[in-house]
Amino acid sequence: MPIVCAERLSKTYRVAQKQPGLAGTLRHFFWRRSRSVEAVRELSFSIEAGEMVGFLGANGAGKTTTLKMLSGLVHPSGGSLMVAGHVPQRRQANFLRSITLVMGQKQQLIWDLPPMDSFRVNAAVYGLDDSEAKRRINELAEMLELGEELTRPVRKLSLGERMKAELLAALLHRPSLLFLDEPTLGLDVNAQARVRAFLADYNRRYGATVLLTSHYMADITALCPRVLLIHQGALFYDGSLEALSQRLSPCRLVRLELKTPLPASALASYGAVEAIDGRDVRLLIERDQLTATVARLLGDLEVLDLEVADPPIEDLIGQLFQQGVVQ
Amino acid sequence: MTIAKGLRIARVLLSSQYAYMLEYRAEIALWALSGVVPFIMLALWSQVDASGAGPQALGLNRLQLSRYFLSAFIVRQFSIAWVVWAFEEDALQGRLSHALLQPLHPLWRYLSAHLAEQATRLPFVAALVGLFFLLQPDTAWLPSLGQALSAVLAIWMAFAINFLLQSAIAILCFWSERASALERLLYIPYLFLSGLVAPLEVFPPGVRAFALWTPFPYLIAFPAQLLSGNPLTFRGGFAAMAAWIALLLPLVGLLWKAGVRRYSAMGA
Repeated sequence: MPIVCAERLSKTYRVAQKQPGLAGTLRHFFWRRSRSVEAVRELSFSIEAGEMVGFLGANGAGKTTTLKMLSGLVHPSGGSLMVAGHVPQRRQANFLRSITLVMGQKQQLIWDLPPMDSFRVNAAVYGLDDSEAKRRINELAEMLELGEELTRPVRKLSLGERMKAELLAALLHRPSLLFLDEPTLGLDVNAQARVRAFLADYNRRYGATVLLTSHYMADITALCPRVLLIHQGALFYDGSLEALSQRLSPCRLVRLELKTPLPASALASYGAVEAIDGRDVRLLIERDQLTATVARLLGDLEVLDLEVADPPIEDLIGQLFQQGVVQ
Repeated sequence: MTIAKGLRIARVLLSSQYAYMLEYRAEIALWALSGVVPFIMLALWSQVDASGAGPQALGLNRLQLSRYFLSAFIVRQFSIAWVVWAFEEDALQGRLSHALLQPLHPLWRYLSAHLAEQATRLPFVAALVGLFFLLQPDTAWLPSLGQALSAVLAIWMAFAINFLLQSAIAILCFWSERASALERLLYIPYLFLSGLVAPLEVFPPGVRAFALWTPFPYLIAFPAQLLSGNPLTFRGGFAAMAAWIALLLPLVGLLWKAGVRRYSAMGA
């Protein structure tokens, strides 16, 4: 039985509308106008226990609103939702004990105190006794490579250290369902990699289910065999990243290093020339023509190196959102 | 939730909030100093007293007047609530989301923050009271144990009413983003009907009778009379306070239940 089951889930917000300037301000004061914004439209999907799922979409696509509904923060306007056997918006204690929501741009740690103080509060709220809380803090701190940072005031921590401490606070009660909204936002490459490794480790150790949004495609590709892609509040794709790549692009990317530079016109017969930088060429070649075309390239041209890859998924998704293509 | 677990949560919340408040001790000292309205009113009423009119009509002599306003100062220091501002900011900034995700009603956190702030305030208030007695040694008094216990109970109940009243307004954040504006509407009746600017006896009988149907006189005047040892002019003060708490408690619960459905986790 799925741990998350959403059926025709919808959320509509009322949003005030105001024109800029004094006239707009006065008009807004006397005649308030608002409009309905459909943040999520009839979204249906399910997630099995233990899965790690990437949640993709442009800004404003409805990802965060969906996560807020899944965690019980926001009441849906329509549809039905079951998460870990509970209706989330009832926010029953057993449900809240089984989930966590980490928001990359929001913190729960008490700003002026060391993270340890926040952990103590969380341990008491979730009913962990002192020895169990200590054991879990040590275990998670080791996984997150946190040490003396835990006794420094939160305001004195770097962004990466703070995010790791936030994760520790959010996972102290050992939730089986993690909703992660941009957990690596603003972190440097090393810190991102450490957070990713930690999440993969947590998933392995505790069999936790993870639903993750991220603007960094590396997070998704490293962690999530399955992705949900939403566009303008509706589900556009549900499946593997690889299949998404094939669906979004009928071509594969061929990178060539030639012995001598050639003009684009000399390469046009092999495929779409995406870029030429001296002797380095990037060609897009139709998947069903790939083998034959690569054989021709190697036979016709002096090729020093050749690499075949899928076009970067972020480029494909970016193009998709720019074009507004929803099928 | 078991009693032992509840007590543990209370202990941990209070100790962490106390540690947090100590970080802001200078600010809290200034807040304590800013609550000197009763001393200003004492100076004004003393002038009226010197001219031979005013307080005599209240049946209070100079000592009783001084003790009343000093008591009003102490009562206010330990019954003040600011949950509406804290809650509004947390709701607007999205910080409320974290509290809503935990199996503990968010209002418990605000309550513990208030109690911790009161504990931080205590030494500053004691110092101000000591200074007052130093400047006016003849006003010094020690309430009897009974007086002190009933005054402490009344102050706690006054705080409970204040906290619940403000919580009810704070929850209106779920409908109107600026609920603190509504709280300001209460400030004028609080100022005049609570006994902060003048003992209630100074008002015309009609106003006084009206005031007794509101919660305001029980927030300052009643506990201040108990603490100062002045003649009690309230009938059934504790019963009225208990009734207000009994009325506000379910009201807060109902408002919360209806309001939280509208939460949109702004900024989060």
